[in-house]
Amino acid sequence: MSNTPTQQILDFVRGRYPQAEIDETQDIFALGFVNSLFAMELVMFVEKTFGVTIPNEELRIDNFRTASTMAALVGRLSPTLAVA
Amino acid sequence: MTLTVTAPAAVTDRRSARAFVDTHVVPYADDYDRNGRVPEDLLRQVAAAGLWAPFLPVESGGAGMDLVTLGEVHEEVGRGCSSLRSLLTVHTMVAWTVQRWGTPGQRERWEPALAAGEALGAFCLSEPGAGSDTAAITTTAVEHGDGWLLNGVKKWTTGGQRADLFLVFARTGASIGAFLVPRYAPGVQVRPIDDMLGTRASMLAEISFQDVALGPDALLGPSGFTAGMVLTGTLDLGRYSVAAGSVGIVQACLEASAAYAAHRRVGGRPLAEQPLIQAKLSDMVTDARAARLLLAEAGRLKDAGESSTIMATWIAKYFASTAAARHAAEAVQIHGANGCSPDYPVARLYRDAKVMEIIEGSNEIQRITIAGQAERETTR
Repeated sequence: MSNTPTQQILDFVRGRYPQAEIDETQDIFALGFVNSLFAMELVMFVEKTFGVTIPNEELRIDNFRTASTMAALVGRLSPTLAVA
Repeated sequence: MTLTVTAPAAVTDRRSARAFVDTHVVPYADDYDRNGRVPEDLLRQVAAAGLWAPFLPVESGGAGMDLVTLGEVHEEVGRGCSSLRSLLTVHTMVAWTVQRWGTPGQRERWEPALAAGEALGAFCLSEPGAGSDTAAITTTAVEHGDGWLLNGVKKWTTGGQRADLFLVFARTGASIGAFLVPRYAPGVQVRPIDDMLGTRASMLAEISFQDVALGPDALLGPSGFTAGMVLTGTLDLGRYSVAAGSVGIVQACLEASAAYAAHRRVGGRPLAEQPLIQAKLSDMVTDARAARLLLAEAGRLKDAGESSTIMATWIAKYFASTAAARHAAEAVQIHGANGCSPDYPVARLYRDAKVMEIIEGSNEIQRITIAGQAERETTR
């Protein structure tokens, strides 16, 4: 699954926080390191990597809690991208 | 003061920006500084040159300018007058935020006026008790009918004396929201702040909001946890513009100092032949180029939509602003007593440069943020 949206998102988060041990279902907000700066970077990463624009109504915390929920958001915004 | 009457050509790149600044700004910047305001005549010239928000899309009245070029333009403006650059910065922050986060209705209402400079924007975040510590702001926006009720006091609002539209950040429960507030909304009061150390012509104000009733379309961007992103993005662009302005200050220090050192004679020889003066000038040249490259890299990442632009912009602003303060001090030193007088621009550059180390996140906050990311990324 190395090129799936889920894995790409996980790689991004792990790249920023190498000390965090996270998997695709782990709530990154519960880990306590997400601030508004990282939230902005996450949104920019998702938009740039997957070629989507996230509308304001989709900018909800539940969409960004885990790599899986973010990948699901990508899937809704760009159905051609397979979500694993 | 002689006011120019020639209609300026459109500013589309660094070259045209430099020509505009050399014609319409540089000869008068010290007067603006002394008078404590940028005159309406210049604000109109800026509008005629399409300088207020050239990054907005063409259909909104902008020019679709990329952000690398915008950085170059703001550098040139900052070379001429930091007060005017400050007005451009806050206007840019408002216009960009409307473009990035606005609903189609909000964009349709505000973008054309912001692009044309018919509505000037100002950014309202700092308060009497909260500067870089944005978590400490106390201005509130509470739901009121189908809209909002705004209460609080904002301070150090650049352009606040003149702006038509305020982008106000206020607490909405546990989060912070961004609100578009027209200047003449009932309950808005503007009190000028004059006689500042630097950027003296940027028309600062303290603005109070007392039971200001706003419609539902005043809220800009998402509500909830991601609302903080609006502030993050707005400050990022502001920081980018301040970094650009700081590069402009270094360049202005270099140009003023090189010209002075070439003509001023000491012991029958030009000051420029003194090794200690050459050392100062060479450091200005080097830092101007380095800061310009950091700025261009941050701009390139913005244009590419890369999230790493945020940290690149922190680094560019930190480097450029500290370089500006350092070299402005050296520029005064090179000029000697003349540098302390109103007869040369370096005293203004010196005062303006100090401000760059404080605004859009103090340099102490920047160092904490830059070091924090380095620590996170290297700790395994």
